[in-house]
Amino acid sequence: MMTIGLEHYLTVGAILLVLGIFGIFLNRKNVIVILMSVELILLAVNLNFVAFSAALEDLAGQVFAMFVLTVAAAEAAIGLAIVVIYFRNRGSIQVEDVNLMKG
Amino acid sequence: MFASIAFYLFAAILLGAACAVVTSRNPVHSVLFLILAFFNAAALFLLAGAEFLAMILVIVYVGAVAVLFLFVVMMLDVNFAELRSGFQRYLPVGAAVGLVLFIELMLVLGGWKLAPDAAKLRFAPIPEKISNTAAIGRLLYTDYVFLFQAAGLVLLVAMIGAIVLTLRVKKTSRHQSIAAQVARTPADTLEMMDIGLGVGVKALGILRPKKPETLEDAAAGGHHGHGAPHAPEAR
Repeated sequence: MMTIGLEHYLTVGAILLVLGIFGIFLNRKNVIVILMSVELILLAVNLNFVAFSAALEDLAGQVFAMFVLTVAAAEAAIGLAIVVIYFRNRGSIQVEDVNLMKG
Repeated sequence: MFASIAFYLFAAILLGAACAVVTSRNPVHSVLFLILAFFNAAALFLLAGAEFLAMILVIVYVGAVAVLFLFVVMMLDVNFAELRSGFQRYLPVGAAVGLVLFIELMLVLGGWKLAPDAAKLRFAPIPEKISNTAAIGRLLYTDYVFLFQAAGLVLLVAMIGAIVLTLRVKKTSRHQSIAAQVARTPADTLEMMDIGLGVGVKALGILRPKKPETLEDAAAGGHHGHGAPHAPEAR
């Protein structure tokens, strides 16, 4: 089934996950790029799921990857909606400005 | 041979695009690189034999999520240069955390091997002589049907939530307010008056058709019969 070794896929997934976390640290002020980094992290998770699914010839991994995809899409939609209304109210999307609930 | 060349090509482009997403100066470029990354991830899925998931990735991520990001980036009038001000300052911390995490993951990967009875523990072995899409469909609509419904509910809640969050009723638009129409009562619009027998119409000046003598009075008063009679004006 799989011509490429499982370890190759896992390495790519690991690097993608690290890049996503690196992106969260790097763009600490820009919410939109942070959301994109979260998408990258979820993509790395999906890559691992699919790689294991192909290596073990078990379809459950692909089905689970679909659910991860669903949740990721919902998360992106809600996150971007929150960004839009936050920008409408405050005129800024800086993460450090988001402290309205701080006591 | 061809498969491994394709794998390394797509993996290299995927990782390069992911690098560009997090380091790009312009968020629009970030979104475009994100789209490139999704395309290459879809190619990797194809190489692993997950055709349906690859197509879903292209349709859902590239067609919907990335375009959503693009819309939001273009809609918000933000000074993105200002948002990058701490870029250099956060670089060492981010690199250190990333490096530590990467080393840990590589250690896990180096010392990891499949369980000897992994093949027996499979939940849904890939069936022979059936396409990937059909196999996923059979699994999704039987064993995972409740989770499938739950995923649909998650999407419904996300859709309603996004609409509720961003919906803005404009005060300038003249749309129909159905609630106000339904809630209207006769007391709001009808006025009941106590009027004596046979005098009310004349007293209120709403007589139709107009009385001829009133028209003559109007003509005598300098008006030439065009204007309304006096009685309605008095009201």
